[in-house]
Amino acid sequence: MNVLVYLIPVSLLLGGGGLAAFFWTLRSEQYDDPDGNSQRILSDRWDDTPPEE
Amino acid sequence: MSVPLSACPACDAAPLAKAQAGKGYAGNGMEAKRIMLSLPHIYCAACIAGVEGNLAKQDGVRAARVNLTLKRATIDVDPDVEPETLANYLTGIGFEAYELDAGQLTSTATDKMGKDLLMRLGVAGFAMMNVMLLSVAVWSGASDATRDMFHWISAAIATPTVGFSSQVFFKSAWTALRVGRLNMDVPISLAILLALGMSLYETAQSGEHAYFDAALSLTFFLLAGRYLDYRTRSVARSAAEELAALEVPRALRLTDAGDEQVSVSDLSVGDIVRVVPGARVPVDGIVVTGESELDRSLLTGERLPVAAGPETIVSTGEVNLTGPMTVRVTAAGRDSSLHRMADLVAIAETARNRYTSLADKAAKIYAPLVHILALGAFFAWLWISGGDVRFALNIAVAVLIITCPCALGLAVPAVTTAASGRLFKQGMLLKSATAMERLAEVDHVVFDKTGTLTQGKPVMDENTQHRTQDLEIALALAEGSSHPLALSLTQAARAKGITPAEISTVREVPGKGIEGLWNGKTVRLGRAEWLGANAVGQTATYLSVSGARPVSFTFTDNLREGVDTAISALKAQGMGITLISGDVPAAVADIAGRVGISDWKADTLPEGKAEYVARLGKSGKRVLMVGDGLNDTAALAAAHVSISPASALEAARVVSDIVLLGQSMAPLGEATLMAKSATRRIKENFAIAAGYNAIAIPIALIGLATPLAAALAMSLSSVTVSLNALRLKKG
Repeated sequence: MNVLVYLIPVSLLLGGGGLAAFFWTLRSEQYDDPDGNSQRILSDRWDDTPPEE
Repeated sequence: MSVPLSACPACDAAPLAKAQAGKGYAGNGMEAKRIMLSLPHIYCAACIAGVEGNLAKQDGVRAARVNLTLKRATIDVDPDVEPETLANYLTGIGFEAYELDAGQLTSTATDKMGKDLLMRLGVAGFAMMNVMLLSVAVWSGASDATRDMFHWISAAIATPTVGFSSQVFFKSAWTALRVGRLNMDVPISLAILLALGMSLYETAQSGEHAYFDAALSLTFFLLAGRYLDYRTRSVARSAAEELAALEVPRALRLTDAGDEQVSVSDLSVGDIVRVVPGARVPVDGIVVTGESELDRSLLTGERLPVAAGPETIVSTGEVNLTGPMTVRVTAAGRDSSLHRMADLVAIAETARNRYTSLADKAAKIYAPLVHILALGAFFAWLWISGGDVRFALNIAVAVLIITCPCALGLAVPAVTTAASGRLFKQGMLLKSATAMERLAEVDHVVFDKTGTLTQGKPVMDENTQHRTQDLEIALALAEGSSHPLALSLTQAARAKGITPAEISTVREVPGKGIEGLWNGKTVRLGRAEWLGANAVGQTATYLSVSGARPVSFTFTDNLREGVDTAISALKAQGMGITLISGDVPAAVADIAGRVGISDWKADTLPEGKAEYVARLGKSGKRVLMVGDGLNDTAALAAAHVSISPASALEAARVVSDIVLLGQSMAPLGEATLMAKSATRRIKENFAIAAGYNAIAIPIALIGLATPLAAALAMSLSSVTVSLNALRLKKG
């Protein structure tokens, strides 16, 4: 049963990582325009040079 | 948190703007202005790139971002750039664009609430999955120290999560309790808190059963229902806001320094405003100078224009047709005739607010029932077990959790989300939360005529007796005018291939017609009284050629697209249909005959319409009112449920439960069917939830419920209910 000592923290960390990623997507307004996002993937505007940060 | 200073203020406000602003123009030190444009026909990746790319090339544009979901562009510009310029530019290059009044759009505030709910939902989901993982281990046989450790870890995850995610329910329950009422959130909060408290106690005592997973899945499923509900309403609200924002209310005020464009809300009594031909009168007032004709159809339903001159009293919403006028303001904004109508509306609205939704009805039965059951179970087991409080409390908590209102919480939002989504795709916008249920009960439909059944645009009748020469003269005269009849005549004559006659010194006589010289003779096109013609009983204009007998050109208002489909569909559903209008009997009878309505009323005043609808309501009918004008607002508010087209006056749209976004009336017939089907699904969902409870409650009452059984019942009923909602009739 000692394996639990590693596995439980690992599972919690992975889940926490997922939650943190979700928070980030929410904060950076990635759910504001679902229709637009699915179309923008077809645009070749930033293919050569990605937008500067 | 400190906010870093940035060279691009827009980028701080909207992180995504950064992407567009990165290259090129980054402002000139002045504060950026944000404009919003509505792009109703944008749909593809190429359109997005086209709009953003072309806008970025314009002078003074700092950043542009298209939102395809909302069909809207947000543009950050220099303060001196006018929204109109950009809208015209976009329309010019093929992307139809309209200016939006940013003040009317509060979507940023509402978005915050949506994000907040989503955040709580995400946290609850994460916690639920992790705790479920540990619970599965306990259910499959973990014991002693291992079980205790798993329980403690679950407690460490569940306690803060409940504190954060379930706040929504606690707050709402507290608000209800404080005023001595019970709502659905009271049993929900009680179940969550008791489950958590009981489980913490059991864990401390090394007990066998803990309900951490139940407390969390309860929170998660209910938050999901709450979020769906919120989404549906916010989509409706933002679309309704956009409709309002499209009408930027402006007026031309005359000052010593010349004309200035001001917002209607800035006008005060005594100001003089200029109303140009083709514009809507922005205020209530008295004409000071100018002669013209007014289209009062939005207020009275009457199609024929009315003459206006100095001392004529004009009301907000009338359209100036021929000559420019100046108007002295007697009432503006909130005090105008629109507002007076609101008194009538307010009375009717209170009657409608008494409507209790199915969800509220269910909550009213449900909330006391579960409390009594749980309390009964507690005392019964206390007595049976001879005073074992811990055991009795365990059973009571199990009862509360098992009767989980998960399915109830999802039963309504899952269906309304699916149904209103379908209706929205067909061009119907549900503004009110209970509109769907009320629409399902309708058994009588009352239509307004002008602008609702008809397009509100006159079309010239075909008449073989017209001589080509007359048409040529009429066309030449009509070409220069913006009067709707003249426009329609021009269009009809052009379509016939008529070429305009050669006419000199054409001038428009405001309020009367157009005059010119043809081969040295005076020719006139205009009102019957002006030419001394005998008026025909129909919308018409007249042509006289120097003393010869005047020729009449008659016009008919065309039916709105899809009216036939809608009316035959409603008839097939066995509904009574009435046409009610403020127009003259002949015109009403004509339209009624064309669409096949046998029951019609003409010459009806606004109060008469409302009274008629109210009387139908009293006689036990559930009335659906469809109307667009100011004269319909009271009737719209008095009806059980109301619909107005997007072209309606704002006042009419505000009191309506549903707005038709497209031109066509056709979705109406399907909407009632859809509403019926949706209400049936809601009731089925209640039945499913009740069925689960009928099995689960006895098990919990006799003390056989385990956390596993609770989790199974909860998940199964929630999933069944959601799947049932998707079974909605294809729209």
